[in-house]
Amino acid sequence: MKFRVYRYDPELGQKPRMQEFEVETHRGMMLRDALMAIKAQDETFAFRHSCGEGVCGSDGVNVNGINMLACVTAIADLKEPVEVRPFPGRPVIRDLVVDMTQFYEQYKAVEPWLKHREPIPEQEILQSPADRDKLDGLYECIMCGCCSTFCPSFWWNPEKFLGPQALLTAYRFLADSRDQASAERMDFLEGPYKLFRCHSIMNCVEVCPKGLNPTKAIGHIKEMMLKDSV
Amino acid sequence: MSLNKRNFDALIVGAGGAGLNAAIQLANADLRVAVVSKVFPTRSHTVAAQGGVNAALANVLPDNWHWHMFDTVKGSDYLGDQDAIEFMCREAIPTVYELEHSGVPFSRLDNGKIYQRAFGGQSQNFGGDQAARTCAAADRTGHAILHTLYQQNLRAKTHFFDEFFAIDLVKDAEGVVCGALVLEIETGEPLLIEAKTTLLATGGCGQVFRTTSNAHINTGDGMAMALRAGVPLMDMEFFQFHPTGIAGKGMLITEGVRGEGGYLVNGRGERFMERYAPKAKDLASRDVVSRSIVTEVKEGRGAGPKGDHVLLKLDHLGESLIAKRLPGIRESSRIFAGVDPVIEPIPVFPTAHYVMGGIPTDRFGRVMAPAGTGEDALPGLYAAGECACASVHGANRLGGNSLLDILVFGRLAGKNIIEYVKENPFHRLIDPASLDAALSRLARWEQRGKGPTVHETRERLTRCMEDHAGVFRTEEIMTEGLEKMREIRAGMSDVRLMDHSKVFNTARIEALELDNLLDVGMAIAASALYRQESRGAHSRPDFPKRDDVNWMKHTLYFQEGDRLDYKPVRTKPLTVESFPPKERVY
Repeated sequence: MKFRVYRYDPELGQKPRMQEFEVETHRGMMLRDALMAIKAQDETFAFRHSCGEGVCGSDGVNVNGINMLACVTAIADLKEPVEVRPFPGRPVIRDLVVDMTQFYEQYKAVEPWLKHREPIPEQEILQSPADRDKLDGLYECIMCGCCSTFCPSFWWNPEKFLGPQALLTAYRFLADSRDQASAERMDFLEGPYKLFRCHSIMNCVEVCPKGLNPTKAIGHIKEMMLKDSV
Repeated sequence: MSLNKRNFDALIVGAGGAGLNAAIQLANADLRVAVVSKVFPTRSHTVAAQGGVNAALANVLPDNWHWHMFDTVKGSDYLGDQDAIEFMCREAIPTVYELEHSGVPFSRLDNGKIYQRAFGGQSQNFGGDQAARTCAAADRTGHAILHTLYQQNLRAKTHFFDEFFAIDLVKDAEGVVCGALVLEIETGEPLLIEAKTTLLATGGCGQVFRTTSNAHINTGDGMAMALRAGVPLMDMEFFQFHPTGIAGKGMLITEGVRGEGGYLVNGRGERFMERYAPKAKDLASRDVVSRSIVTEVKEGRGAGPKGDHVLLKLDHLGESLIAKRLPGIRESSRIFAGVDPVIEPIPVFPTAHYVMGGIPTDRFGRVMAPAGTGEDALPGLYAAGECACASVHGANRLGGNSLLDILVFGRLAGKNIIEYVKENPFHRLIDPASLDAALSRLARWEQRGKGPTVHETRERLTRCMEDHAGVFRTEEIMTEGLEKMREIRAGMSDVRLMDHSKVFNTARIEALELDNLLDVGMAIAASALYRQESRGAHSRPDFPKRDDVNWMKHTLYFQEGDRLDYKPVRTKPLTVESFPPKERVY
């Protein structure tokens, strides 16, 4: 099977280029396996990867124009030649490796930790199964970055718009019955950019390898704000 | 060349559950703590833990820490140190509550308490009915815990060095560890981190085997660093093969599947575990279930066209339970095995999963080394998590005890480091010879020319380990394996890196990882060959019985001369009566 992969090494002083590789395939082969096979042919080829089962979130790449996680993408589902590029809109460090600093900064900006103000009980803080269910579809995020780096609003305003991943995380805490900082969290999200630059284009939903729905989470935050203001 | 330097009170190598739970203690105590990780912290392999973490909360069935202790001692095949086991089982309860308070989204019971499920090797009342001791966040417990710990460290402003690879420990003239040489992956520049204390929390080494549930990053880095610093590794012959990896691929299917009521069948559709473990059946200990599966396949009762696996059946649990309690394994089965477990069984076979052995520590995470007739803590050096050996798992780890181990001992190592830094407030002077040795490990891979590649050498090594240190081990197979490993080691100086660039050179990282895999693989092969008994995960058809007279002792492997030594098992608990060795039946 033919793969065309993006190559860029800042030390060579050359422009980025696409390089073609022929990879021997086998049944059940994943895109990550193919990238490893390419690396076995040419060890200068760089990409991030680790768990190989879609939980560590290391190997997000852009394939034939769409962001996806290489280890859970079967090559049988891809159209030949397979074009593999780094995430769009991020500075490229080398080959498929991009600088994700901005993405992580947005995550940190929403203060992604539980804020429980009351005295801590001796045992667990109780939570009903119904309240716990509200976290499903939110807490499973693996921070691969497929969504935010495929979001036009994030491309246009990466400094001001928080992007789908950080907003999903913000809602994960707003939706947690144990968290007691909703007012503070919503104040932070006020204004025309951080949250409201989301135009429901829904690229994030389309590409999330865990089947999560950041657009819906963003909608819930907007509803909470609306309720809060009346 | 001038070397960049930073200095901290504490250096933590590794950002999984152990490293992050230590870091949070230190950052909360306002110590200057650096966490070095070769991947962004939430990519650490703790993220992949599925089933849960054991603690005798008694939320579902009656339970207490003493029963948990009994099960763990029995599960260890009486090789675990009973003081450390008592300590872990007691600490489990506050540790899990602390995690919940930090935000971990545990699944819940109707009364609002943490959901607990049954796991293998768990009993009520010292070997009685099945217990339910494993606290779970669906089947994504490790992910839920790791993300929460990272979040708490962000709050506490821990200093992270993301994507820095640790090369080697550095010491002062007296041989006391005082930090590590690390490599910034993005720039390819080395950095010296001086620290009053160093905690190794680098996780496991499953990548020494060809088929493994472990991530690409699990290359035994901290264990190999310890070996090169003259510290022995303990009980490395005990490597756990998880019974239910996806056949031919190795991805994990949690024991929680069987805890929720799933069971194994062979090619004839028989529930074969009834024959091997009449009482506990599919929830027998992992070593027992793995051996049973391999035996079924060897004796021609496997499933599939090649008869090379067995089947894990859970369709009878119903779609709604599977969606609620086991969503992650449904996803993995669809992607990697092409089956939906709601409709058809999952093809499974044992996969290399967990190393019970590691860097010897006491229950405070202090690294212990032989001294005179006993042993002593090495000042300033700590280890916790899978790279360490406390020893709470002995010859076989129970499911749900590894998240527990990393959290309890990470936390306690953190607390002990705080005390150590109070008493030892000054940095020590690094011995230039020690730094040179660390730098030479980097320089070695600058050699040019032709030679075997890192990739092909790694394949040779992992194939050798799989063929010669697997589920069943005989003298002949292991002797040949050790010979082959020695050949690979002898040929290592000819192996060449082709890519010598600096910026994000992952080939260089893989070369450095190959060094580590080889060092750790040798420890496993050497330790295994000499233990002439069957105990826990170490199963020898030529010595089928456990031998408590000659072998109820820990192995210590030293890299210099591949020397082995032994030390007694600590059979005296802290406050309760010792559990004497008994025949282990499930």
